[in-house]
Amino acid sequence: MRGAIRIDENRCKGCELCTMVCPKHLITTADYFTPRGYRPALYTDPHSLCTGCLLCATICPDAAITVYREARLKHAVAA
Amino acid sequence: MLTDSLQIVYERPHTLTPVITHYCPGCTHGIVQRLVAEVLQEMDLRENTIGVASVGCSVFAYNYFDCDFAEAAHGRAPAMATGIKRVHPKRTVFTYQGDGDLASIGLAEIVHAATRGENFTVIFVNNGVYGMTGGQMAPTTLPGMKTTSSPAGRDVETMGYPLRMAELLATVGGASYIVRRSVHDPGHINQTKKAIKTAFQVQQQEMGFALVEVLSSCPINWGMTPVEALAYIKDKMIPYFPLGDFKIAENVKALKV
Repeated sequence: MRGAIRIDENRCKGCELCTMVCPKHLITTADYFTPRGYRPALYTDPHSLCTGCLLCATICPDAAITVYREARLKHAVAA
Repeated sequence: MLTDSLQIVYERPHTLTPVITHYCPGCTHGIVQRLVAEVLQEMDLRENTIGVASVGCSVFAYNYFDCDFAEAAHGRAPAMATGIKRVHPKRTVFTYQGDGDLASIGLAEIVHAATRGENFTVIFVNNGVYGMTGGQMAPTTLPGMKTTSSPAGRDVETMGYPLRMAELLATVGGASYIVRRSVHDPGHINQTKKAIKTAFQVQQQEMGFALVEVLSSCPINWGMTPVEALAYIKDKMIPYFPLGDFKIAENVKALKV
């Protein structure tokens, strides 16, 4: 796995901008509602395709996405 | 599943408060204000900053930025920022204004603040309508664009032409850094962030008036989905409001961002 994201569903307003920009199409709209009445963005990555490219977090108007990336080996050695 | 070897490469900036914004789904106000917050965090300015909120959808900015904030009367944010900056010249002062506020009722304030070369930063969010009051025609509404107060589309014969604020302010002597950017895709969002960072550095180096105009969307009042609204910025707004640097003073050119 190279990257991953976590979506704060309580912040998500279901605008689908992250769905539009994800190059791997890993973000869809959920079929349930959040307590605030929106269908949140749903991140599913069964084949570990996410690279942590930051595009979804860059376009999210509600800053609801946290992005993670696998620590690179050379960094691990240096540490 | 998240494992221990994963490192956080992006998270919500601490310069934003944890509240959920009142902005409609997909409103790019959220993007612009997040970019400002990221820049304040990266430049370590939070404890030193006083923001000035305007009237419009941007009115609640004081609830969303985790720094000192003042709320100005409609259009008067540049006048208030002038006072704050002159009393506290060491503090970082910025205004966060929409197009109804800056280009209509606040036109005199912004032009005179620019011509005096006041040393603060203006973030100008241009979405072409009065968002908060229900989508009425603004000075920046495009020709032919339908709004609640121009239901047949803006007729330039009777309603005049949209104001290009960045071009207008670039002709003013005191202005140092006047640029227009857009937030319709991640690439342009990153360019916008760079421009905002430059605008704050202009202030830190005491180089004078800096304004970043950001083309923004208003999906609800435009009657579009958020995704369609971003395409509208790209296809309709940018041809009328071209992106670019309209004035960069000689000393600002030497800044390294």
